[in-house]
Amino acid sequence: MRKLLLLVLFATVTAVSYAGGYRVSVQGQRAMAMGHTGVAVVNSAELVFFNPAGLVYLEDKLNVSVGASGIFTDIIYQNEELGTSSQTDNGVGTPLNLYGSYRINDWFTAGLGVYTPYGSGVTWPTDWPGSHLVNNIELAAIYIQPTLSFKLSDKFSIGGGPIFVTGSVNFNRNLSRTTEDLEGNRSNVTIDDSGVTNWGWSIGAMFNPSENFRLGFSYRSEITLEAEGGEATFSNVPNSTAVGFTNGTTTFDASLPLPAELTVGLSYQYKKWLFAFDFNRQFWDVYESLDIDFGSTDANPDSVNPRNYKNSSVFRFGLQYEATEKITLRAGYYRDESPVQSGYFAPETPRNDSDGFSGGFSYAITSKLAIDASFFYLRFSEITESYDFGTSSTGTVESFGGTYKSSAFAPGLGLTYKM
Amino acid sequence: MMKKNIKYLAILVLGLVACEPEFDNPIDEVGVYSSGEADFSTYVALGNSLTAGYADNALYITGQENSYPNILSQQFAFAGGGEFTQPLMSDNTGGALLGGTQILDNRFVLAFDEEGNAVGPAIYAGATPTTEISANLGGSFNNMGVPGAKSFHLAAAGYGNVSLVADGLSNPYYARFASSGTSSVIEDALAQNPTFFSLWIGNNDILGYATSGGTGVNQDTEGNLDPTTYGGNDITNTDVFAATYNGLLEALTANGAKGVVLNLPSVTSIPFFTTVPYAPLSPADPNFGPQIPTLNETYAGLNAAFAFLGVGDRAIEFSTTEASPVVIVDESLTDITDGLSAVLAGTFGALAPIIAAQFGQARQATEDDLLLLTSSSLIGQLDTDRFAELVALNVPEETAGQFSVIGVSLPLGDEYVLLPEEQSEIENARNVYNATIEALAGVYDLAFYDAAADLEQVATTGYFSGGASLTSDFVTGGAFSLDGVHPTPRAHAFTANAILDVIERKYETVLPRVDILDYGTITVNDEVN
Repeated sequence: MRKLLLLVLFATVTAVSYAGGYRVSVQGQRAMAMGHTGVAVVNSAELVFFNPAGLVYLEDKLNVSVGASGIFTDIIYQNEELGTSSQTDNGVGTPLNLYGSYRINDWFTAGLGVYTPYGSGVTWPTDWPGSHLVNNIELAAIYIQPTLSFKLSDKFSIGGGPIFVTGSVNFNRNLSRTTEDLEGNRSNVTIDDSGVTNWGWSIGAMFNPSENFRLGFSYRSEITLEAEGGEATFSNVPNSTAVGFTNGTTTFDASLPLPAELTVGLSYQYKKWLFAFDFNRQFWDVYESLDIDFGSTDANPDSVNPRNYKNSSVFRFGLQYEATEKITLRAGYYRDESPVQSGYFAPETPRNDSDGFSGGFSYAITSKLAIDASFFYLRFSEITESYDFGTSSTGTVESFGGTYKSSAFAPGLGLTYKM
Repeated sequence: MMKKNIKYLAILVLGLVACEPEFDNPIDEVGVYSSGEADFSTYVALGNSLTAGYADNALYITGQENSYPNILSQQFAFAGGGEFTQPLMSDNTGGALLGGTQILDNRFVLAFDEEGNAVGPAIYAGATPTTEISANLGGSFNNMGVPGAKSFHLAAAGYGNVSLVADGLSNPYYARFASSGTSSVIEDALAQNPTFFSLWIGNNDILGYATSGGTGVNQDTEGNLDPTTYGGNDITNTDVFAATYNGLLEALTANGAKGVVLNLPSVTSIPFFTTVPYAPLSPADPNFGPQIPTLNETYAGLNAAFAFLGVGDRAIEFSTTEASPVVIVDESLTDITDGLSAVLAGTFGALAPIIAAQFGQARQATEDDLLLLTSSSLIGQLDTDRFAELVALNVPEETAGQFSVIGVSLPLGDEYVLLPEEQSEIENARNVYNATIEALAGVYDLAFYDAAADLEQVATTGYFSGGASLTSDFVTGGAFSLDGVHPTPRAHAFTANAILDVIERKYETVLPRVDILDYGTITVNDEVN
């Protein structure tokens, strides 16, 4: 009990995992508790996501892991020079994961994963100072991944599978800082689309130099969500042919990349202790610009919003301790670099580098069924930044900035079943 | 075991909820901003249409919300500023009713045709006004700006007497919130016990004269010290102005209130006077170009008569290669109607006296003349009244038409032109007013904002800063609303920032500025007639 308390305290003073941009790294309760490490951890069916190659080394024939977290995020904004301040009122993000693996024979295991690695939910007060960039955004992508895992030897395995993605987006912003109708209501547009699908793939490899030491590698491909013929709704647009838009609904086309991610890592088991380290490289440089083309106009595209993300890295450290036969304790820390470059700090994903602190435990109800609990807290330092590539109502480039500070906290629960 | 775990988790959750983000130096913390030596708890703004937030030739809610006093009050709120109330109109249509009958026009909007080409500023026709002047709002407001008020009006008892509005003897805007039929603006302001005030008054003491093309009386040169005898388009006597202004400041500062006063920008550098060129008659204009030979032939006879009468410099001729100046009435010219009539009798017979009257004080405009914005819709158009008048005098219709084209064959009326002498009169008065304002700011130890200098910059070079620009170009410049006289919200924001600058220097305040790019300029709308 005392050890539990110590570990919990350790977890609260160190940090957890939530990646930059709109990557939400919460793909397994056990991994999450360990700083979202897992490319070289053979522990549960969470391996479908973390490293398909590892599934074949799971001891049991059938492994199922399900879980969900509730992510509570807050972003605050202020500009001392202008005396303006604001605060998001975000809904609770709920990343889900469902994994299963089944050993078909000694060298071959099949698996299936459903998870949500990308998403965003930011709601600023309507017409806040940065409302010409975003009032609110809801972004979600569900990955469905059938997986095969092959044991080439006791020391080496490979795995992988195709990924089917279905995504949705809802995004509202004001047309400009000043455009409003005659009554002073700010002109705005909402774009909404769902059921946007595409395919990608995942591969992994695992190498076990010794009984206690594992090395892992995994790679998940980039998948671009192409929204075509989505619904765009304009509101409070001035009644003027000079504006180019009219109130009501039209279509829109836009595309959003879900970047590729490369992970390498290791784990080392010492008696009841397991240490894990993962390094993620996220290839955000594909996110150059968010371009939106509305169907009601000839212009193509109508709205160009440079993003110019850079590739970014995450360094993850995790620790596991088998306290009793029934209780396993976990903690982790990670350093998450933001892909957002200076001058591109748009308030829809106002993320700077952060420290993540995680913790959690598993409690074995029976030999087959365990409850997994995790939480993480993401700590951001405050940052004074701006988005310098906004377009004013007259077409000139304009800047919007201030001081931002974010935090995220997410408790999660899951079940692991093995047989 | 599980129970205990849950207990610890609960503690954990509580601990983390406390981890909501917080800035190292939150701006809502005491001590970030300061009112310095000033006390903004009760701020009262006095002035005219500029202070009221009048724009686009009307007063309406969003204009009021974007008035510089309202913007100032929002910044004052960071350092102890109290609630700032305004006598908001009932709608954003502009215009107003008196006893249910519309007495003030709707606002201007910028209209475009179906192809998206600019039609120009026009009166908004999408709604009818709902503001009833006689429905008194029943109380005073922090913003005491009254559109149309001249300096002495602020001290005039009964300036808001609603029963006198119909006869034009009181002010419809003040009538909405005057505390009584005999109250004055300054009384109602003082009754609020202002701890801080702004005063921007005097613009209309010359503006009415200017926008009427100098048709009023210069009461300064007349030496008339009784403002109750002044007409709406007169120039206020400078001694009357000084005495009034002194009285206002004496009253406002009597209880120790601090404040800021603003001087008066040049009225002739605003788009209302600078938009219409003196030489707009282009030979490329298909309605005008082909007429030039005929016109010049006709004017040749007149020019000979001018020369014969010793005023050859009044000769009128239109160029076939470049734009020509309009023909105007210049009331400062010697009236030669009689001589002209005699000289022209041989050529024009019975028509001679009529033509002579038309050109007795006519000349072509020069670059020193300022043509009013209101002339733009008239120049080159047939004056149907004049046409009917000539026809009634038995002038053949064709000839009547030829002599009724405004600014071409019918001199543009004096009320549409501000002549150099009239401009000097305005400038002379303004300079004296401004000297008074600055001197009294010193006497009463108040912050002083040189609004004239800033508008001068906007009008000459333009103001450019951080992606924002303000020029005095009509419609496109960003500084002036569609009436060509009153500022846009963006110009109000600029003014508010500039006032914060002088308040900061005077009273050592620490207050945030606004980003003028967050404030709009003109309103587009196609619901016009």
